[in-house]
Amino acid sequence: MSQALALPTRKDEDFRYADLTALAPLWPVAVETIAVAAGESGQLALVLDGDQPVARELAIVLGEGAAFDLRILNAPSAYGRVAVRVELGKGASFTLGAAQLAGGEQTVEIVTDVLHAHPDAVSRQVVRSVAGGHATANYLGKVRVAKGADGTDGSQSIRAMLLDRTATANAKPELEIFADDVKCAHGCAVGELDANGLFYMAQRGLPPAEAKKLMLQAFVAEAFAGAADEERLLEAALTALGRLV
Amino acid sequence: MLTITDLHATVADKPILKGLSLTINAGEVHAIMGPNGAGKSTLGYTLGGRPGYEVTGGSVEFLGQDLLELQPHERAAAGLFLGFQYPVEIPGVSFVQFLRESLNAQRASRDEAPLSGGEFLKLAREQAALLKMDMEMLKRPVNVGFSGGEKKRAEMVQLGILAPKLAILDETDSGLDIDALRIVGDGINSVMRAPDKAVLLITHYQRLLDYVKPDFVHVLAGGRIVKTGGPELALALEERGYEAVAA
Repeated sequence: MSQALALPTRKDEDFRYADLTALAPLWPVAVETIAVAAGESGQLALVLDGDQPVARELAIVLGEGAAFDLRILNAPSAYGRVAVRVELGKGASFTLGAAQLAGGEQTVEIVTDVLHAHPDAVSRQVVRSVAGGHATANYLGKVRVAKGADGTDGSQSIRAMLLDRTATANAKPELEIFADDVKCAHGCAVGELDANGLFYMAQRGLPPAEAKKLMLQAFVAEAFAGAADEERLLEAALTALGRLV
Repeated sequence: MLTITDLHATVADKPILKGLSLTINAGEVHAIMGPNGAGKSTLGYTLGGRPGYEVTGGSVEFLGQDLLELQPHERAAAGLFLGFQYPVEIPGVSFVQFLRESLNAQRASRDEAPLSGGEFLKLAREQAALLKMDMEMLKRPVNVGFSGGEKKRAEMVQLGILAPKLAILDETDSGLDIDALRIVGDGINSVMRAPDKAVLLITHYQRLLDYVKPDFVHVLAGGRIVKTGGPELALALEERGYEAVAA
């Protein structure tokens, strides 16, 4: 028992880039279980924008034909970690749209493990990270397709924007496929705000901070497109962005 | 309005402007023509304050202020508009939001009250109509998916909305068909032809000057103005080429 509860180390893949000092007082993290029955659908929007370190762990089980829409704004002004495990039933559908924002010396991270255990399920993950100062933003995401889970359709779109050369983004999308008829796509990019765009906006009169905010707002909005809580999430994200630029 | 004196500027440590002097008074339209690589676009970017365009000598006075002391957004608020040769696409940000925030930032710096959403839309609609541009296009992300001609037209809509004192238009005519050229020319005239405004057209060709009649035409070569004349100079250039006329 005590073994299972021991604080992870950097050798644990899921904690490789974690802020273990900040995690220690939060450990062990209670697992929040969400089960969606066959044919049902559910949704959850997590807004983490407080000033205390936070770690959440979700275990989501989707029955046959079930659907779940998870949106996350991971933008506390301290360590923020959300780990999500998902198991999809036949024909189930899972959507993750997450934005994480970090500045200062902060670490924020999203860790996912999506298991396509049965055929014809769909998973979509969109993660947008913004890191400034000496902050670190991580995404570690596994998509596993079990033997026999044919007709699987999985996608991961992972992008990070660094506001300063001293900030770090780690992105590690992973695919593990044991079925034959599978469609899995992942895209991953780390970049900086377009300098041409910033000058263009400045030339029309926008001060630099406002121009950056407008661009970042558009970037982050991609994670919340189509969410039931889209407006509320965007507003909270905008407030958090105001702290970064 | 604008006095450029012995301006020197480098891009990536390479000298491009080498002692350029030019005075533009209110109410005037100037055209700068010149061969490729003469420094025409560099002049526009340097006046706009683009990062990477370093002034190594000379001075620029704009409406009584030292222009070179100002940040790019402050230059815009002071009344300087730079029409881009290649307008930039900004995904996810609508023209309407971008321009309203830009205009209100300019107004705030001049101690003017911000325009409300309704007031701004009215202004935008008027200016879009002037350039025969569908208002729906201004609800789309900035320049994304616009054709070359549509981008240039959108630049002129922005000119109308922001109503600057001095417009520096960098190859606004490139990418325009004949009809669009006339519309853009009319747009420039109706927005900028006023006693308290001035225009600097940077162009390769005479054809825009048929619609926007310049008071002065300058030939820029080797980073300096080498010849100045009236509208007839543009015609001579068109006929005989830069080398023959400006040599």
